[in-house]
Amino acid sequence: MFLLYFKTWRIPVLKICCVHFGYCVFKCVYFSVRHDIACHVTVCSFKMAAEDLPSQFDVVILGTGLTESVIAAACSRVGQSVLHLDRRNYYAGNWASFTFNGLLSWIEEYKNQQKVQITESEQVWRSLIDEGEDVVPLSSVDSSISNLEVFCYASEEEEKEEETKAPLTSCQPVNAETVSEETTGDSTEAQDTVTEPSQSQEEKDSQPISSPADPPVEVEKKITYQKLVKEGRRFNIDLVSKLMYSRGALVDLLIKSNVSRYAEFKNIGHILTCRNGKVEQVPCSRADVFASKQLTVVEKRMLMKFLTFCLDFEQHPEEYQDYTEKPFREFLKNKKLTENLQDFVLHSIAMVTQQTLTEEGLKATQHFLRCLGRYGNTPFLFPLYGLGEIPQCFCRMCAVFGGIYCLRHSVQCLVVDKASNKVKAVIDTRGQKISCSHFVVEDSYIRDEQRQSTAYRQISRAVLITDRSVLPSESDQQISLVTIPPLESSAPAVRMVELCSSSMTCMPGTYLVHLTCSSSGTAQEDLAPVVSELFHVSTIPGEEPSEGAEERSKPAVLWVMYFNMRDTSALDSSSYSLPSNVHVCTGPDGSLGSDCSIKLAESVFHHILPDEEFCPPAPNPEDIIYDGDGPQAEGPGFDESVNTEAEEEGAAHEKNPSTEPAEMDSVADTTPSSEE
Amino acid sequence: MHGRVKVKSTAQQEEEKRKEREKKLKAFVSARDAVLRKRSAGEHDEEALQLTQQLLSSNPDFATLWNYRREVLLQLETSREKDEVQKLYESELHFIEACLKVNPKSYGCWHHRSWVNTRLPQPDWTRELGLCDRCLSLDERNFHCWDYRRVVVKESGVSVEQELQFTDRLIGSNFSNYSSWHYRSTLLPQLHPQPAPDSASNTSPSPTASPQIHSHRVCEEQLLKEYELAHNAFFTDPNDQSAWFYYRWLLGRAEREEMISCVYVSRERERVSVAFSKPVHAQSEGLMLVLDGQPQQVEWRSTHPRLRHSPVWLCDLPPGSVSDISNEHNLTVHWTEKYTHRDCALYTGCAESWCRDSATDQELFRSELSVEKSSVLQAELQSCNQLLELEPQNKWCLLTIILLMRALDPLGHEKETLAHFQTLKEVDPMRSSYYSDLCSKFLIENTILKMEYAEVRVFSLSNKNLTTLCHLDQLLLVTHINLSSNQLLRLPPQFAMLQCLEVLEADDNAIESLEGLYHLPKLEEVSLRNNQICKLSDLESLASCTKLTRLDLRGNPVHKTANIDSELSQLLPLVTALSL
Repeated sequence: MFLLYFKTWRIPVLKICCVHFGYCVFKCVYFSVRHDIACHVTVCSFKMAAEDLPSQFDVVILGTGLTESVIAAACSRVGQSVLHLDRRNYYAGNWASFTFNGLLSWIEEYKNQQKVQITESEQVWRSLIDEGEDVVPLSSVDSSISNLEVFCYASEEEEKEEETKAPLTSCQPVNAETVSEETTGDSTEAQDTVTEPSQSQEEKDSQPISSPADPPVEVEKKITYQKLVKEGRRFNIDLVSKLMYSRGALVDLLIKSNVSRYAEFKNIGHILTCRNGKVEQVPCSRADVFASKQLTVVEKRMLMKFLTFCLDFEQHPEEYQDYTEKPFREFLKNKKLTENLQDFVLHSIAMVTQQTLTEEGLKATQHFLRCLGRYGNTPFLFPLYGLGEIPQCFCRMCAVFGGIYCLRHSVQCLVVDKASNKVKAVIDTRGQKISCSHFVVEDSYIRDEQRQSTAYRQISRAVLITDRSVLPSESDQQISLVTIPPLESSAPAVRMVELCSSSMTCMPGTYLVHLTCSSSGTAQEDLAPVVSELFHVSTIPGEEPSEGAEERSKPAVLWVMYFNMRDTSALDSSSYSLPSNVHVCTGPDGSLGSDCSIKLAESVFHHILPDEEFCPPAPNPEDIIYDGDGPQAEGPGFDESVNTEAEEEGAAHEKNPSTEPAEMDSVADTTPSSEE
Repeated sequence: MHGRVKVKSTAQQEEEKRKEREKKLKAFVSARDAVLRKRSAGEHDEEALQLTQQLLSSNPDFATLWNYRREVLLQLETSREKDEVQKLYESELHFIEACLKVNPKSYGCWHHRSWVNTRLPQPDWTRELGLCDRCLSLDERNFHCWDYRRVVVKESGVSVEQELQFTDRLIGSNFSNYSSWHYRSTLLPQLHPQPAPDSASNTSPSPTASPQIHSHRVCEEQLLKEYELAHNAFFTDPNDQSAWFYYRWLLGRAEREEMISCVYVSRERERVSVAFSKPVHAQSEGLMLVLDGQPQQVEWRSTHPRLRHSPVWLCDLPPGSVSDISNEHNLTVHWTEKYTHRDCALYTGCAESWCRDSATDQELFRSELSVEKSSVLQAELQSCNQLLELEPQNKWCLLTIILLMRALDPLGHEKETLAHFQTLKEVDPMRSSYYSDLCSKFLIENTILKMEYAEVRVFSLSNKNLTTLCHLDQLLLVTHINLSSNQLLRLPPQFAMLQCLEVLEADDNAIESLEGLYHLPKLEEVSLRNNQICKLSDLESLASCTKLTRLDLRGNPVHKTANIDSELSQLLPLVTALSL
């Protein structure tokens, strides 16, 4: 029942230090994995012995999305007892990252949910309600995802003679009782490794992965659907597509709280845009502007002048005060920026719409510019292994400070004290009554009866696996952000993030492409035109692109998924009729950064604990004294950690197999069981 | 409970730190003494290497220790096989690398590294180049590393193309780094040299050769590419000086040919004045004067004792050699060291004679920007004007425009130039004196040009805010000069080059010093009304001008001096018309 396996664990085990690539940016302290694991095991073994959870917590948190996880970490860090639950069998809710096979299971689950109407039995918990108590039932169905469509364009033909199950039907019935035995968050993956060990071994031999994606060779070799499934665990496919502004609230929080040590990051190499069907680089930094071949020297000057002004635009109110009530676009026109430059600034730098007012546009531009140069020449970072790592990192921090985690475990209803109209307890899905002083819950658990307003927005998403980058360049291992101005002026701008295999989110030889826009129709309606504009979408699965040069030059789509995700970020506490100590966390919003979620987490935390600091730095492992043992308790790695940079790098090379996914697999397979 | 933080009292920590430091210092001092003792005892062994290694790894700037290490290594080298020598020096390289991590700007380390590489039987230059790349990526302005890189490149024969690409890369990542631009300027002439001009005149120097030497020039095709690169940089960030400096280097870096630009001979004084294209020290330059085929023994002197290097030199001919006005004489001055000479004929009936290249012929004042094709310059001027429209306050742009205008047509652009100077002084008040001086220089140049076009010997530049005097060697033949209503503070020693000067007007300035009115043989009249001459001693140099008869000193503080009249008549007995 109690899952010991944190996906993030494998990272520190494999990557003791993350100061090894040029683009890895967080100065990471050597971290005692043993210490963390030790503490998890203590927590968990205690729980294994008892049948039930403790009956009292300070804070019960339902849902493991980013906001909830940050709140969990923050509360736990300052000494609150935290119970953190999620009804799903994976962490991070709609922020999760899946392996390809994991995603197929998720899709299957979505489809099943559409069919099955869950009948609820209230009798179980009726008996637990005392006099003077009221009940607020929670929803057991997650309806935040809709319009899900999947298309496969990779060849379905068998690559090898052996029989492989069609994965869409392979989703095994998930049984809560068996999951704990497998100790993995991803049953499909586990099954793969169990049933096909010889095959994956064979693959490792046939395809030397240590040289990631030698493109000419890869292009020659057609990637079949079977290959995607077999290599499925190399994928980490995010449900939401976001990047981290290097001076955004999330990065600041990761640094402040020392949670950054649990993850690794890569910077976004290219900021691109799409004009007249052509993908080109957006000049945003000084060096970009200097090197740009598309701009005339006068444009360069105009752009630099404008960007310099934006950096401290508040100091020059006279420049823009006539435009505060007018759209940013008009202001750009007034600044005599050419059409080209207006597009660059509006869509790719400020990333705002045609209607956005001037001041907001200026602020967005300023934010973008201030993020430049902190970690390289673009303003963004991306967490290796996908965005889903981030909520898990915070969960881990919560667990390190004593938080208790249960997946596949939800809350049926809240027990409200009639007199004070406050939640005093929750009744979990196993019928246990757990008292708490605060209850934090993700929006998707709230029933419609508790909502005052149902004015959601929707986000349209598409996830593509492609065979090539939209902008081939010297280095094919770059993450690119592509902003695509609306094809028609009424349509929303589309944001595209293309991840390369070295971001540890897709198999070598493929690219993982995320498209996001605010919905005007279904995801497919919104995004399919952009997909066919930028990519080659074959009509028959596995068909070769026609010989036309234009089609040849576009990357081919191997697999695509469209879905809509509910965006509740506009809602606030007044949108729900709930007791005052229930704090609802909205799901991911449609913006590129995560600032909105972090700010919400901080405000909820201050609501719960007005006098406590939000996520103070966790002490360095070397500053921690363990009760009953001396300083030798520190991991043996610590003494070496203070060595010079070169040795540090050398060590990273030795210990760090992250560049060698083959090795990673073997470790990842063994780690969970060895920890048990 | 996990996560409890160790707390130490700060006083305790301080004390611990202090003790630690003391211990370290003690260890260092005793090790140092031991090493120095060993050295004076002449011991060159492994132990010495070890001891110096300890010391140097904590303080790599201890030059004596590096010297000692070299002595030891040279000693050890003699008693070892080649393989072992290689190993010995390779471990030395490793050690230096460790030291460079302590201080990447240690003179001792880098010097020692160059030395070790000269001693290595098989130096690994690729590795060294990699080290340079790494160091420069950490600190792109580490000039020690730049220097070392040049050594490595030279030794390992890295191609110039590769190095140029290297600068492309560095400039691409940060165009504010002048080190990369400068390195580029040394590479380009090697890679794209300007083809030699058609005429052979350049190779055999003669007085008629073009005054510009075409070394360090780049072929035009490449130049145009470089202009574009510089445009990109200064349009992106016009306040960044690196690109502007590079641009100026591209536009002109011609050196004037060294030559004798003028020979002047005066019958009356029996004196020869020689002007050179740059200041020289005539006594040591091998000057030879030939009069009517006869080499003459003459004494060369500069026009003012304070000028040891001077563009103008004088000598007196033997008495009576040219004084007869009915004789014609031929005079040649040979500059033997530079294989150049200049002739001058003194015809019958002439009191004086000269032979010279005029400033106009020499395009003298273009030497700062020397692109030959004015079409190219015109295009560059257009680009800069375009930038100025966008950035009307940019000083680099303004200054470059001024230079371009001067190169194209100094007289035609005079008005615009003056307006730009005015803007420059406003936007960059910290350097307004510099701009004033520069403006004075250009005005003087223009006036010289105008004077030459008019073929007169009168130089008039009044009411132009002149702050300084220059190009005085060009005024060797001027007889009348008017500098009134300017902001001059002094008549500098160079003023003594005006060997033909008869009348000087310099009213309404702020002149304090008359140092330059020294042995001006023809000076008859001086007007210095409303200046700042305070002391009688300031007028002493006038006594050396033997023809001076008229002197106007009205409106100077000096008139307050007691007994000024008598003192002056004693000092300047020849002055008959004195106004005080």
